[in-house]
Amino acid sequence: MLLKIKELRASVKDTEILKGINLKVNRGEVHAIMGPNGSGKSTLANLLSGREGYEATGGEVLFDGKNLLDMSTEERACQGLFLAFQYPVEIPGVSIANFLKSAVNDIRAYHGLSKIDAMEFLTLAKDKMKMLDMDSKFLRRSVNDGFSGGEKKRNEVFQLSMLNPRLAVLDETDSGLDIDALKIVANGVNRFHTKENGVVLITHYQRLLDYIAPDFVHVLVKGRIVESGGKELALHLEKHGYDWAIKSKKRVN
Amino acid sequence: MKDHNRAKSLYLSRIASEFDRLRDDLKKQRLLNGTRDTAMARFAEIGFPTKRHEKWKHTDIRSLFSCQFETAEAVSLKKEAIDPFLLLGDEENFVVCVNGRFDRKLSRISEEIIACSLAHAAETRADLVDTHLAKHLGFQNSAFVALNTAFATDGIFIYVPDHTIVEKPIHLLHLSDNERATAYPRHLFIMGRNSRIQLIESYHSLRKSPYLNNCASEIILGNNARVEHLKIQSEDEQAFHIAARQVCQSRGSLYSSVAIDLGGSLSRNDLNVLLDAEGIETNLYGFYLARGSQLVDNHTFIDHAKPHCQSAELYKGVLSDHAVGVFSGKVLVRKDAQKTKAFQQNQTLLLSQDAKINSKPHLKIFADDVKCSHGATVGELDEEALFYMRTRGISEENAHAMLRYAFAQDVLAHIGNKTARQRVEEIVMERFKEHVN
Ligand SMILES: Nc1ncnc2c1ncn2[C@@H]1O[C@H](COP(=O)(O)OP(=O)(O)OP(=O)(O)O)[C@@H](O)[C@H]1O
Ligand SMILES: [Mg+2]
Repeated sequence: MLLKIKELRASVKDTEILKGINLKVNRGEVHAIMGPNGSGKSTLANLLSGREGYEATGGEVLFDGKNLLDMSTEERACQGLFLAFQYPVEIPGVSIANFLKSAVNDIRAYHGLSKIDAMEFLTLAKDKMKMLDMDSKFLRRSVNDGFSGGEKKRNEVFQLSMLNPRLAVLDETDSGLDIDALKIVANGVNRFHTKENGVVLITHYQRLLDYIAPDFVHVLVKGRIVESGGKELALHLEKHGYDWAIKSKKRVN
Repeated sequence: MKDHNRAKSLYLSRIASEFDRLRDDLKKQRLLNGTRDTAMARFAEIGFPTKRHEKWKHTDIRSLFSCQFETAEAVSLKKEAIDPFLLLGDEENFVVCVNGRFDRKLSRISEEIIACSLAHAAETRADLVDTHLAKHLGFQNSAFVALNTAFATDGIFIYVPDHTIVEKPIHLLHLSDNERATAYPRHLFIMGRNSRIQLIESYHSLRKSPYLNNCASEIILGNNARVEHLKIQSEDEQAFHIAARQVCQSRGSLYSSVAIDLGGSLSRNDLNVLLDAEGIETNLYGFYLARGSQLVDNHTFIDHAKPHCQSAELYKGVLSDHAVGVFSGKVLVRKDAQKTKAFQQNQTLLLSQDAKINSKPHLKIFADDVKCSHGATVGELDEEALFYMRTRGISEENAHAMLRYAFAQDVLAHIGNKTARQRVEEIVMERFKEHVN
């Protein structure tokens, strides 16, 4: 099992946001997490990435059997966890090429591998950019600096395809994308996805799931997963809203 | 306090007796003849600056007095000794100064420029030297310039004739090979009309020891002359580097300076530019990197005396440990200097709680039709950016280095010569990797 989250509780600034999350992701699976604003979706993603200020107060997270919460942020990345940010950070003065080359090389170093050949890196990068319909000029631009909202999201997926992690958590990578860009980005994610790796999509919209078919859909409300099902659950939510899920949860309780 | 005073009076009497000892030798030189006594007398009047002097209030020079420096002796070096310091790999034009003295055997210069020992030029190009030397850089208010004027026996003289474009950069390599001594490099660079040159001035140490480099330079640009001037100060971390430079620009000329400070226990640069004609452009960039208990002080003065000129100034620095930075940038726009455009900015990254910057950008404007701005920022590395990089697997150490480097880029990108720029980038990156936090 790739990811196993058990009874996870987490706080931000002493306020409990996640109130006992359970989630299992196996290799080859695509999971979608949906839920109203402020329900804790990004908090979960941030917690998985090891962001400062997000504190696990209970439960556990196993990544490929190892305790994820004990690892540093960069170690998690080296172990194969990737988070596409809802709000990617701008880094003026650091080119995408330099940024990604450092990432690739530091991950390789972690696994005892030598540095990637510069030409090999460039060929790979250009290849992936072509797939994502990005101009290779972007390689020389500063990371996300002055990028449009859509360009930032596309850049996240570009990084995903370059780093080729074992588990990708995409936090609202679809929002802010026009229809064409959505298709391209979805295609990028689909190309990345294999039997060997897993994808967790955090989204508000069914339309992303039209392009990337999830094996499981979960509904997160007020820090708890209140409903899980197949991809038909997303369609149901689209029709009936989250109210329905909240009520159904009450019914269960 | 008492100890300091004793050290200071000892140091002062040492300087006086040193001057007496060398007086006969100095008098034999044509260089600065007649000016030395005046300079020495002036030094005796003003003495060393203390923290009560506005321009020295953040820079305490008392540590200098505990080193009882003598005047540095001439040393001759083997060619291999300079190889590690060649910046461009295959310098075609280079001038080597050892302990402030021009070394003709080690230097190599192409035909079209006159670059030679200043002592030599005082004999052979008396016309030029007498017109300019010690005429622009005043010693009335500067103890260190006064001492340089009294003691300097050599330095570099460069004369680029009118309409001469020097294609290859000229590297002015300064090596210090002494212990507890003072060197007084004295430079005079005269650029003819429509001439063009790239200067790379660098300072390195061959020994780990305290010593003082007291440098003074005058640079004169003829009409439409274009000068790119890179200075790299990479002295030993026990050394003192105190340098004054006066630049005088004529109509339509361009002077672009990039000053990199990496070494020295105490380094102080006074850089003054006089824009005394129309259509002048001046760019001053600086980057300082200090750690341990290093102190790095940059004082610049841009004097807009005539209309239609523009100046841009950006000094950035990264300070860690207990390091102290000082930046004082004065831009004066005189009454006549209408349509002046002046921009000035100082930005410092503090990497530790104990590091400190005293920043004082200031504009004094007496003309009414001008566009001027100035400012200073002090900050830390962007935590969000660091985190983002780490989520991509970049080690904390590398993420720090990359962000500092990005910060430096705004300045380093202005180094015109590509090879020199890459070399400097490498040196800076190395230094960043050396001190994690
Ligand atoms: N750094 C923080 N400081 C203070 N509160 C926070 C912080 N991060 C999250 N929260 C709070 O935690 C709750 C959950 O936020 P989170 O960002 O996880 O929601 P979300 O499900 O991703 O919402 P959205 O769909 O709007 O992105 C919110 O009430 C939010 O204000
Ligand atoms: Mg969110």
